[in-house]
Amino acid sequence: MLQVNSIYKTFNPGTVNERVALNGLDLTLNDGDFVTVIGGNGAGKSTLLNAIAGTFPVDAGSIILDGTDLTGLAEHKRAKYLGRVFQDPMMGTAPTMQIVENLALAARRGDKRGLKWGITKDEYEKYHEMLKILELGLEDRMTTKVGLLSGGQRQALTLLMATLKKPQLLLLDEHTAALDPKTAAKVLEISDKVVKKNNLTTMMITHNMKDAINFGNRLIMVEDGKVVMDVSGEEKKKLTVAQLIEAFSNI
Amino acid sequence: MNLLGALFSALPGAIAQGLVWGIMAIGVYVTFRILDIADLTVDGSLATGGATCVMLIRLGLNPWLALLCAVASGVIAGLVTGLFITKCGIPPILAGILTQLSLYSINLRIMESKSNQAVSVDKYSLLASQRYVRDISIFNPLVLLTVMLLILMILLYLFFGTELGSAIRATGTNQNMARAQGINTKFNTVLGLMLSNGLVAMSGAILAQYQGSADVNMGRGAIVIGLAAVIIGEVLFGKVFRNFFLKMLAVVLGAVIYYIVLQIVLQLGLNTNDLKMLTAILVAIFLSIPYWKGMLDAKKAGAKKEVK
Ligand SMILES: Nc1ncnc2c1ncn2[C@@H]1O[C@H](COP(=O)(O)OP(=O)(O)OP(=O)(O)O)[C@@H](O)[C@H]1O
Ligand SMILES: [Mg+2]
Repeated sequence: MLQVNSIYKTFNPGTVNERVALNGLDLTLNDGDFVTVIGGNGAGKSTLLNAIAGTFPVDAGSIILDGTDLTGLAEHKRAKYLGRVFQDPMMGTAPTMQIVENLALAARRGDKRGLKWGITKDEYEKYHEMLKILELGLEDRMTTKVGLLSGGQRQALTLLMATLKKPQLLLLDEHTAALDPKTAAKVLEISDKVVKKNNLTTMMITHNMKDAINFGNRLIMVEDGKVVMDVSGEEKKKLTVAQLIEAFSNI
Repeated sequence: MNLLGALFSALPGAIAQGLVWGIMAIGVYVTFRILDIADLTVDGSLATGGATCVMLIRLGLNPWLALLCAVASGVIAGLVTGLFITKCGIPPILAGILTQLSLYSINLRIMESKSNQAVSVDKYSLLASQRYVRDISIFNPLVLLTVMLLILMILLYLFFGTELGSAIRATGTNQNMARAQGINTKFNTVLGLMLSNGLVAMSGAILAQYQGSADVNMGRGAIVIGLAAVIIGEVLFGKVFRNFFLKMLAVVLGAVIYYIVLQIVLQLGLNTNDLKMLTAILVAIFLSIPYWKGMLDAKKAGAKKEVK
């Protein structure tokens, strides 16, 4: 369970560029919740996910995941509990390292890294099988440098890396926004499959209203650094794109 | 003929110098290519390694132990630069310059306020001396240097294959990704800098023994020579040498080639004072090539489109 208790974040305080990005935001996710997050540009969606991931400290409030207080924890320490896929396909992988090396790094997320081999023999086989699930042919290019992959291939790989070691919370920030419609649909489908298979608690930001309705069991809308709409279950299933656009214009 | 003869007799010396600087260049490779930081600490830590080693040998310490202490001095220098970057938020280039500058004073202190301290091979059993560089014997420094480099390269190859080594590599290539995978990027940056400067100081320690003295200025422009070795190695062998061990070998060969070319231009009558400038120009040109090539390729691609 994730508890976000009235968190505040102001960027560039005391300057002309001061910007309140999170304004006492409250949110509770139950285990297995797959929440789609919508909201206008600059609403604070990314800031919310980054605050949970620890990219920066919040000004006030607390973030608690399955009883662990993450609020004061450094980003790399929280990584133990979190899987993340970023909007920018460049951000989630190490371009100068091979596909297997990237996976091996991800497999050790949250572990102490010492003088054991960075990758073992049997991992190759394991990853070979996993990459097949993506149906992108990456299983035959395991020693290719990730920098040579396309954005879509990278996002699919990042997704695999984020879930290789089961995270307690999966954070997807518009992870298909930079992809062409076909690849985006594919990556989204894989995401859904992975989330369902592992019953992952997930937050997925999207600007696609259809996706927001079709995926997940819950939908929230963020505006001005707060959650302004929260629907789930049957109510969410009945939502229409028109209703959501209506909700947007009402804010 | 005379020229060739002179060159031939200068060859072993050039190779030995290249091998000594090869150790240094591997250190530069660790920061410049793996950590993606241009670390200017090395100009100072090379001399620190030399000074520490020479002074300790003069005090009667075993040369191997003196070498070890020299490495430690470089590791500490790297630590300081690393802390400047990660704990004080100072940009890497400036952090390196700050350490380098303070090392100048520290090196003078180590050398008891003299800018040069000699360590004679007649008095001490040095690990490497240029006096024997043309001898056919086990004391020829080329023997020790080759063995040392091989061992170092094997150790580094193994290290960068471990979880910790992989974490350093990930830190250098994508900090966002590294942190998202639970890697402490600050710690790994510091660790990489310590490793690099340890190697550089080791190179300085051997260089000082090889030439029979430590000089407070021996590291001036070292970063540029290191970069030259890295770049020459990549340009000449980059296409074939793909794995990490061979990449290090390319760097060492780059250093050796650099010193051989240097010998040639010296034999041709070049003024020694102009060397640093020539090295700088060489490095500037090679660093520019990828950029120019990119611009040219973009132009060509554009021209092709227009034709269509
Ligand atoms: N690092 C930062 N420094 C300064 N201001 C920031 C920073 N990150 C976000 N902001 C500001 O905080 C506000 C919220 O930004 P955020 O990125 O969370 O929006 P978003 O909901 O993700 O929007 P989008 O849909 O465009 O991605 C914006 O006004 C933005 O300008
Ligand atoms: Mg955003």
